Amino acid sequence: MSRRIVNGVPAPSWPMRVVKGLVLAVFCAAVVIPFVGVIATSVAPDRQIDEAGGLVLIPHSISLDAYRSLFAGGVVTRALGISVLVTVVGTLLSLTVSGLLAYALSRPGFVARRPLLLIVLFSMLFSPGMIPLYLVVKQAGLLNSIWALIVPTMVNAFNVIVLRAFFANLPGEIIESARIDGAGELRTFTSIVLPLSKAVLSVIGLFYAVGYWNAFFSALLYLDDSRLWPLQLVLRTYVINDTQLGSGELGTERLPPQAAIQMAILVVSIVPILLVYPFLQRHFTKGVLTGAVKG
Amino acid sequence: MSRRTALPAAPPGRLADARRDPTRRDPAPAGHAGGARRRLGLGRRLLRDRVLLLFALPGIALILGFHYLPLLGNVIAFQDYQPFLGIRGSAWTGFTNFAVIVDGDPAFLRALGNTLILTLLQAVFVFPAPILLALLMNSLFSERIKRIAQSILYLPHFMSWVIVVALFQQMLGGSGLLNNYLRAHDLGTIDIIGNSELFRVLLTSQVIWKDTGWATILFLAALSTIDAQLYEAASVDGASRWRQLWHVTLPGLRGIIILLFILRLGDSLTVGFEQIILQQQAVGRDVSEVLDTYVYNNGVVGGAWGVAAAVGLVKGLVGVALVLVANKVAHVFGEDGVYSR
Repeated sequence: MSRRIVNGVPAPSWPMRVVKGLVLAVFCAAVVIPFVGVIATSVAPDRQIDEAGGLVLIPHSISLDAYRSLFAGGVVTRALGISVLVTVVGTLLSLTVSGLLAYALSRPGFVARRPLLLIVLFSMLFSPGMIPLYLVVKQAGLLNSIWALIVPTMVNAFNVIVLRAFFANLPGEIIESARIDGAGELRTFTSIVLPLSKAVLSVIGLFYAVGYWNAFFSALLYLDDSRLWPLQLVLRTYVINDTQLGSGELGTERLPPQAAIQMAILVVSIVPILLVYPFLQRHFTKGVLTGAVKG
Repeated sequence: MSRRTALPAAPPGRLADARRDPTRRDPAPAGHAGGARRRLGLGRRLLRDRVLLLFALPGIALILGFHYLPLLGNVIAFQDYQPFLGIRGSAWTGFTNFAVIVDGDPAFLRALGNTLILTLLQAVFVFPAPILLALLMNSLFSERIKRIAQSILYLPHFMSWVIVVALFQQMLGGSGLLNNYLRAHDLGTIDIIGNSELFRVLLTSQVIWKDTGWATILFLAALSTIDAQLYEAASVDGASRWRQLWHVTLPGLRGIIILLFILRLGDSLTVGFEQIILQQQAVGRDVSEVLDTYVYNNGVVGGAWGVAAAVGLVKGLVGVALVLVANKVAHVFGEDGVYSR
């Protein structure tokens, strides 16, 4: 039996390939099936859900009742609004602040470069304790405000380091020539550096956005007022803890089965990530991040 | 962002210029970017880099405020802290709060024990999982299958713990997909969610489900840097694929494995806080209380702020100490570790 030779290495034997394929297929199925089930159930007709007693994998027909009741202006609608607001505002602020800091740290000869870089790097070594951080947030007057979901996590040291590495690798001549043409730091940053860094900025921006969108514990810790709850807390209350969502909470009279509503809430919190995911994936397979980390 | 930061004193012409339009400034003094050739005084250099300092200010302020400032907040570990009295008004009690640790309060020991068990489970099952998966993916011949698998397997990393826990409930819970199937075929049901005996297995499998795929990225990157000639040479010498794995592939992964192990070790007292808080109600605290939930339940929920802060402080110190020690050990074995020397 002669084996195919690739790069001087014999190809794996057939039994090995079958085993590998199976392992990989099982792993992928374990990831895909839950998502399919959740999406299918959220649009499945009432009868089918009742018969199945919960999750269905293939809906007989498509019904958008669950989504209609979610977007009727009740708890979920408001939570979605808050999550979107926090994510958009937070990401813009995060990118601005991190980008400016990373740029300053990337300039050779910047007077405070070493001490500031050490402050950033050293902060990665430990995490602030939960109680002391809570006290700081409280002292800053952020309790029970959606700013508590944004301000404490606005700058992520790791992201700053990745951005800095990217800025530092930009050809110095371009920045130098902008300077000779009379551009100040701000002008150089906005019209030379930022346009050259679109890829890394979008990846870092998406990382921040996913972080804000997924933030659960900070909301639990800092927000007592349920009217300020983001989607993740609503998800916990009405899906994981199985609290019944009545017409009072939903703001509509006609109620589809709880299972459909619960799955629709899940879908609403998953879909934004699914939308940005292909974009994220395209970039990190190019090694934008791993390259930056190594440098 | 505050824009009212006063500009430092500058030669009159330049100051006026900067005021008129902050985006346009005189060309920087020669030698700015190429490293200062002329030796300037500190004051002069601060002045020269005032715009960069302004750029760095908000970010540094936030890191100082929400990363370093909380370190000071740890003083309440030495207080009988009462929120309405504040840090200044609360009574100092020395090391009283640390009694739960020193004397081994049962609730604390329970949390510590559960944490260590989960850490061990993660070290044995979660840590090697992405290495094995990366080896598997790396050995695939079809680039297309590899890319599709990557797209699928990276996805769970971007889901919040709330979503992951909800998905597991829907699949394995009492009225989840698995049990509905079993019920429909009269096979009896398995209680997986909310079963305290299986709770640790459940936690471990959730972590594997969520992060194994994503964690392969670093290993795949390391695998791609291994010189193909090494495989060829080994092959010419008659090494089977298994021997190549042992003598070429694994040595190539050694550095990254040690690095990640050190980082994980520093976090060994941190085991899935959000994940556990979300599921604690269902199984009770006996199996689910870990150090982080202990701090949360006693401090934020229970009001024993000082005790909770004391436990949190000790946990943080142990974490830093573990990283330093592990790094030292890595150096002794001739590896780079997290930082050099």
